[in-house]
Amino acid sequence: MINYFKEIAVGFYSLLAGMAVTIRYFVKPIVTVQYPRQQLTMSPRYRGHIELLIDPETGTHRCIACEMCARICPSQLIQVEGVKLEPKKKVPLKYVIEYYYCSLCGLCLESCPTNALQWSKEYLLANFHREDSVYDILVRLQEQQRAAGLPVTPIPEPPTEEQLAEMAAKEAQLAEAKAKAAAKKAAAAEAPAAEAPAAEAPAAEAPAAEAKPAEAPAAEAKPAEAPAEEVKE
Amino acid sequence: MELLAQFLGIEGARMIVGLIAVIALVSVNALFLIWMERKVAAHMQLRPGPMEVGPHGAIQTVADALKLMGKELITPDEVDKPIFWLAPIVVFLPVLLSFLVVPFSQSWIIRDMNVGIVLILAFSTLSVLAILMAGWASNNKYAVLGAIRSVAQNIAYEIPLLITVMSIILMVGSFKLSDIVAAQSQYWYVLLQPLAFIIYITCATAETNRAPFDLPEAESELVAGFHTEYSGMRFALFFLAEYTNMFIASAIATVLFLGGWHGPFLPGVIWFLLKVYALIFLMMWFRWTFPRVRFDQLITFAWKILIPLAFANLLITALVLKLR
Repeated sequence: MINYFKEIAVGFYSLLAGMAVTIRYFVKPIVTVQYPRQQLTMSPRYRGHIELLIDPETGTHRCIACEMCARICPSQLIQVEGVKLEPKKKVPLKYVIEYYYCSLCGLCLESCPTNALQWSKEYLLANFHREDSVYDILVRLQEQQRAAGLPVTPIPEPPTEEQLAEMAAKEAQLAEAKAKAAAKKAAAAEAPAAEAPAAEAPAAEAPAAEAKPAEAPAAEAKPAEAPAEEVKE
Repeated sequence: MELLAQFLGIEGARMIVGLIAVIALVSVNALFLIWMERKVAAHMQLRPGPMEVGPHGAIQTVADALKLMGKELITPDEVDKPIFWLAPIVVFLPVLLSFLVVPFSQSWIIRDMNVGIVLILAFSTLSVLAILMAGWASNNKYAVLGAIRSVAQNIAYEIPLLITVMSIILMVGSFKLSDIVAAQSQYWYVLLQPLAFIIYITCATAETNRAPFDLPEAESELVAGFHTEYSGMRFALFFLAEYTNMFIASAIATVLFLGGWHGPFLPGVIWFLLKVYALIFLMMWFRWTFPRVRFDQLITFAWKILIPLAFANLLITALVLKLR
């Protein structure tokens, strides 16, 4: 008899406890996002596709078109082409990712020497065609700059032969000056030290510096070739 | 109104106007309750519910009803046609008739019969007959199973329901609903008869085939139970009857336990409707909290717990009234 009433009491209490849970949820704010009209803000750790980071100091990207990202990418989905229109300042003229190959490993971000890349917060990444998943992140950067009211970074044209030649000449001049400076420095170092092994070291350095300008034009020639390749595809 | 009164006499005019008002109330109530149920369900699951049609989805149900009206009325080949066609009407008529005696306020009663509560209880049992007709005539195993469950469940739940109502009747000494409400002008009977109130609400939930006692239409077990074979407006009539039944059951609970139209400041009708919708909210709250009981659990619960408790309550009430 006691058990009978105890069972009823316990059962009734458990029902009330259940109702307390549902009413607590009833008054909680809803979590649904009315999708086309509202969108989620993604968490800082969210990984969309990669994009160029806007440097808060300069208002533009930091990419130096070194192609480290393109080289380390296990899926080889990054295409970077750079051009050097001013000495010591190489800028990308093309940065395209074929996102459908991306495994989000993040090696590109890690390998970037200037930390120019970041994960975008883009999550609407479903497309009807494979070609729609190819993102030009230089264009994307321009859009972001426009949205933020910053001056838009122009995308340089592929350089002409003349420009390349001009650049090569400039580079050569610069290298020469550098070599001279190095030689001077070496001479200055040589005089006080006056020891044979020490003298040898700067001398070995100088030819290396001279060899650089010779290489540079070859590297510059590459971008000019690349557009031609694209046409072939 | 006056013209009608000339032709039909005061009572006749009252009936006509009342019937029109009741039909309007039934449709508006069902539209509102379906929307309310979806909203309550949604918010208990941290969703917003219908949001697209009208402000906060307010006229979503109107759109649904329009769609249902446009649908084909399918009559399967092997059904028992006259009964199949009759069942939706039979399920709907008793709930409509029950409105005859519901006292919305002191003067808002279509017909204040002196057997009001008996009339409602008698008619509400008719809807079970309709469910049996629908299930049997459908010639569908799920429909028959649903109908069988409904009948067994109803036998189990009518008894404690009637006994609890009896204990209130003993206290008032009248079957007239307006008398029962008038007797609660000092304090509501829910304070004197809390156990009867709990038993009544449980039985009313079972009576209206609502979760956790929605075995006749248990969608995860029986497709849609007794109305599996119904489509279009016939299905809509079952739906309408279910929600109107909820309203009637809550209205009786308001009359018996919550003091009907009594309440400060606001007019009686508003108080009555507020209490009714609060009770309906309670039933929706049950639905989204409790899982459906198994059939044997349901019968055991009714016969072993509800009926003895209701009897004990009745005996104690009678004893106290006699000794006073």
